[in-house]
Amino acid sequence: MTTEVGSETEVKKDSEQLGPDKAKDNPEEASETPENQKSRETPSEEAQDSSSVPAPTSQSSPSSQKKEKASPESKGISRFLPPWLKKQKSYTLAEPKDETKKRTTGEQQVVEESECQAPDRIAQPQKSLEEAAAENQHNAKADDKEEKHSVSSAETQPAKEDGKEREVEKVAKEKEEKQAEKEKRETKEVQTAEIKTESIPQKSPKKIKTVQCKVMLLDGTEYSCDLEKRAKGQVLFDKVCEHLNLLEKDYFGLLFYENSDQKNWLDSSKEIKRQIRSLPWIFAFNVKFYPPDPSQLTEDITRYFLCLQLRQDIASGRLPCSFVTHALLGSYTLQAELGDHDPEEHRSDYISEFQFAPNQTQEMEEKVAELHKTHRGLTPAQADSQFLENAKRLSMYGVDLHHAKDSEGVDIMLGVCANGLLIYKDRLRINRFAWPKILKISYKRSNFYIKVRPAELEQFESTIGFKLPNHRAAKRLWKVCVEHHTFFRLVSPEQPPKAKFLTLGSKFRYSGRTQAQTRQASNLIDRPAPYFERTSSKRVSRSLDGAPMGISDQGLLRDFPATGGQAAGDKIIDIEAAGQAKLKEGGREEDGSPVKTPQLELTQDGKSLEEEITSILFSKEGFRAGTGGPFAAASVGPAEGAAGEETAASAAPPPQRHATRAEGPCTGVSDADKSSHETLDIVEEKKQAEVGIEETLVVDETNKGKMQVATDAGETCKVEHLSKKDSSSLPSDSSSSSSSSESEDEEVGEYQPHHRAIEEVIREEQEEEEDMKKKEHEEKIQHVEATPEGSKLNVPVEHTQVTAEDLVQENAVTIATEEKNLSEEIKQDLGEEKEEEQLKLNGDVSHVDIDVAPQIICCSEPPVVKTEMVTISDATQRTEISTKEVPIVQTETKTITYESPQFDGSAGGNAGVLLSAQTITSESISTTTTTHITKMVKGGVSETRIEKRIVITGDADIDHDEALAQAIKEAKEQHPDMSVTRVVVHKETELAEEDEE
Amino acid sequence: CRQALRRAPGPEVDFARAEREHQLYVGVLRGKLGLQVLELPADESLPDCAFVEDAAVVCEETALVTRPGAPSRRKEVEAVKRVLESLNLNIVEMIDENATLDGGDVLFTGREFFVGLSRRTNQRGAEILADTFKDYAVSTVPVHDALHLKSFCSMAGPNLIAIGSSEAAQKALKTMQQMSDHRYDKLTVPDDAAANCIYLNIPSKGHVLLHRAPEEYPESAKVFEKLKDHMLIPIANTELDKVDGSLTCCSVLINKTSEL
Repeated sequence: MTTEVGSETEVKKDSEQLGPDKAKDNPEEASETPENQKSRETPSEEAQDSSSVPAPTSQSSPSSQKKEKASPESKGISRFLPPWLKKQKSYTLAEPKDETKKRTTGEQQVVEESECQAPDRIAQPQKSLEEAAAENQHNAKADDKEEKHSVSSAETQPAKEDGKEREVEKVAKEKEEKQAEKEKRETKEVQTAEIKTESIPQKSPKKIKTVQCKVMLLDGTEYSCDLEKRAKGQVLFDKVCEHLNLLEKDYFGLLFYENSDQKNWLDSSKEIKRQIRSLPWIFAFNVKFYPPDPSQLTEDITRYFLCLQLRQDIASGRLPCSFVTHALLGSYTLQAELGDHDPEEHRSDYISEFQFAPNQTQEMEEKVAELHKTHRGLTPAQADSQFLENAKRLSMYGVDLHHAKDSEGVDIMLGVCANGLLIYKDRLRINRFAWPKILKISYKRSNFYIKVRPAELEQFESTIGFKLPNHRAAKRLWKVCVEHHTFFRLVSPEQPPKAKFLTLGSKFRYSGRTQAQTRQASNLIDRPAPYFERTSSKRVSRSLDGAPMGISDQGLLRDFPATGGQAAGDKIIDIEAAGQAKLKEGGREEDGSPVKTPQLELTQDGKSLEEEITSILFSKEGFRAGTGGPFAAASVGPAEGAAGEETAASAAPPPQRHATRAEGPCTGVSDADKSSHETLDIVEEKKQAEVGIEETLVVDETNKGKMQVATDAGETCKVEHLSKKDSSSLPSDSSSSSSSSESEDEEVGEYQPHHRAIEEVIREEQEEEEDMKKKEHEEKIQHVEATPEGSKLNVPVEHTQVTAEDLVQENAVTIATEEKNLSEEIKQDLGEEKEEEQLKLNGDVSHVDIDVAPQIICCSEPPVVKTEMVTISDATQRTEISTKEVPIVQTETKTITYESPQFDGSAGGNAGVLLSAQTITSESISTTTTTHITKMVKGGVSETRIEKRIVITGDADIDHDEALAQAIKEAKEQHPDMSVTRVVVHKETELAEEDEE
Repeated sequence: CRQALRRAPGPEVDFARAEREHQLYVGVLRGKLGLQVLELPADESLPDCAFVEDAAVVCEETALVTRPGAPSRRKEVEAVKRVLESLNLNIVEMIDENATLDGGDVLFTGREFFVGLSRRTNQRGAEILADTFKDYAVSTVPVHDALHLKSFCSMAGPNLIAIGSSEAAQKALKTMQQMSDHRYDKLTVPDDAAANCIYLNIPSKGHVLLHRAPEEYPESAKVFEKLKDHMLIPIANTELDKVDGSLTCCSVLINKTSEL
């Protein structure tokens, strides 16, 4: 019965969406098969709205009628329609149902697909051409459907709660609430339906909800379309580019604004509704990556759009330029849009209709006119090219600015550009970090950190911290950095980490093409130069005066609800409460805003980790080499120091860490912190069991200068993914690993409520920082974070935590294969200090000491208690270090090492030169494979060592042994000429019992 | 005009010789290179007025009239300003009383500005410069152990920075390299003072470089002599050198076809 009610509900919704004017249309429409509808061209706009899919139902229960009334989703008017009218509609919809019925005979897969398709066709009857493409996309989505359903149910939940809280409020709210319930039920229905498909053939096809999108284009016009509610960003972006006839689209992106002027890039790989929080879906099509040399763009049309963007940037003052440059650029604009100066036509004030500069003076206009005359004969395309040649030289060209404060609280700006990160104080550039110099980028709460390669003569890399206005700003900046780095510096994008279970941290990676790839692709463009019209920028630029985007968007926002609001209504029931919207936000990428109250935090899904840490690690062979030999020990310094401190705190002094053996003293992590994380995990698990807290991306730049070298492509990107287990692994630093240790040093502090302990831990690094400070203007991180905030948030969440912890078994396998190549190039030798550090889950209840305050540890990682195993690849030196950290959950840990007797001559720690190292992470359903490839040269012999760490995560259902065998087999297949020298199996089983303190 | 220049006590300036040297300097610019040279009348009340470079920064059509770091020199700008106005340049004056800037701290590479933060130039002064020349990146470079940024460096070619060998010079160079998106070539000379040279790109003559004479800095001169593409003109500057005057100090180069 539930099912039926559910479907009924759906019908209502659909009918409501149709709107009153549709009422007559509908019977007709319904009687047609979807195919017919497809071919039929319905020009009217409303037809689009009728998109909602008819859900066949014959019985409408009274209750459903009630709901119908309540449904906020309905367009304003239809909401108040008499029930009979709607009812009529829903009855008439029976036909499509039959259609579906036929289809559904097969298995549920088929059903799902048809569910998707049918609605789709109906939804867009008039676009027969575009449809094919669109449909494909929709079909592709069918697979995801199930997942989405569950997500949506989760989403609605908070909304519902919220609604209840405000019982007192007016009717509209009540409706909302009901709507939420309704949706919930609907979800249930879907779930059951999947099981019962065959037995209940009349099951309604799932209707597709569409949302109207508006996109402000660069020429000031507006493009709107209806999108399936669950459409990913890519769908919209592709539509827009198609509309614009733009092929070189990788330089562009869609922006949406949050809180008026917080601009965010729409992630094309994610669903739109997960990214944009409030209703009207309004975007701005903008240049995202400004090509450093626009003349290398293939098509004029691309350059044209870039010009439009720059005109906006200049007129709004975002791209400052001098009087002379304003005039010159303005004159090229005139030439491109008006053609040659015509003394007849172009009288005195033809120019003042254009906006060339934020503060345009008479004098400037005269200058523009004067220069315009000199461009006689230039074609529009040539004028655009000239415009770009001049604009690209402006110092702020392509620089994406973010407000921040340095560690001393001084206002600065961080500018992300093609070459790296620029630091400005007022208008002055006070520092610059080119991408090659940056080892790691991370953010944590509202702090943004970069770890910088040591300068010459310096031994330690330093970390520089900046304070962003809030968490979202920090994350935004981080993402922009990740994207710019990938786009401009890498040959191909890295794989986004995809851990399925319990990974904390943003998984965000740039998923589009890199500049290198897009250039390659555009070389293949083979079409006659498309004709396009250069619309005059007059109107646009005028309206953009001052704060172009913000203002125009807001204007849009204002009138949007009236027209399009209803279409999107189903997603967010009410535009009113931003908070509520946030609540619903299920997007993994969207962490909760710091402002949220603890309760909200609770309901929010796991992704809203306040303490999420994400980082990108860049490393370069040069650096490795530098840290390699004698330095290896030293490089551990900071981490070591931290460890040392930590130890001191917990009363186990282990100076020997430096050596090979590091026995991590267990560290007490404050439980409050931990618990919060666990909560997150739990929620997440239900949905997708995936929470990323931290991830580290290692980029190895094998070729120093430019990334041009194609062969490096594969090697250039490494992703080192530290997967965290749900509750509890505290990162321990690995003692010698040069690459991994850096990713680990500093962050954990935040989770610690105990500032003091942290401070100690960090001391060493801070000292180092002092030096840097003197030298540079940058501030180093004060590691002490504002814990109060975090703890506040965490506390309420605590209870939830453990539940999620059910058995997670994890096997970690390290396979080290070695290959020796004779290659002569290399000169230096050095012991290989390559260590793979393994972060494992380690639970050890006995160590838990909640009350003991500052045991914590230094490490840079998040809240997770991690056990670390350090494997030194040199067989003779190998040792494993397990640090047992305070676990909340009890686990069993078993480590087995299989080692082949043979090993390389690297023994003895003689110095070798580390040529390169890279880490690649890949994953399948239950396994995460981290491959760490190191090339070393010792005495003329080059050796490639590959260590694979395979984490098999899953519950008892998974046959770990088999998975392991499979993994080993794969490793062998991948590297046939290598030998497996060592296999370490580390098994962790969580005991079911939970520990709630 | 150069009797009482200041700086740490040192050898007496031979005024007559200084004048001869200066005349030679002007003679080269005007006679040998065919530049139009506008000479400002000496003002005996302003002992440092020979060093016009500090009073103005001219780039393209815009001239920033500075506010020199040494209070005794503030009046120098008035005469300079008058001349610049007569050239029809867009004049920007630095009126902020918290700002100081000496032109000797401003290195324009053709692509960007580096502004030395020295005893004579402060952050605010640099900001005003950045606001004046908006097209260009303006990076600040701490200057220690030297009067000005250009006391140990200058442009010696379109993409070439001449730099002294002292620690301060090398450190400043590193800073500049780090701050710039562009990679400059460098020409390292043994003597800091010799690193201050005057590069001119004159249509009819190509790359012209005025550098310190071999009699003064023989080792550095040898380095300059390796520049094959340049027309090299050694110029002695022994006297003004005693009062921290270097080659660039005595002129402001303006790229403008004169209608005067």
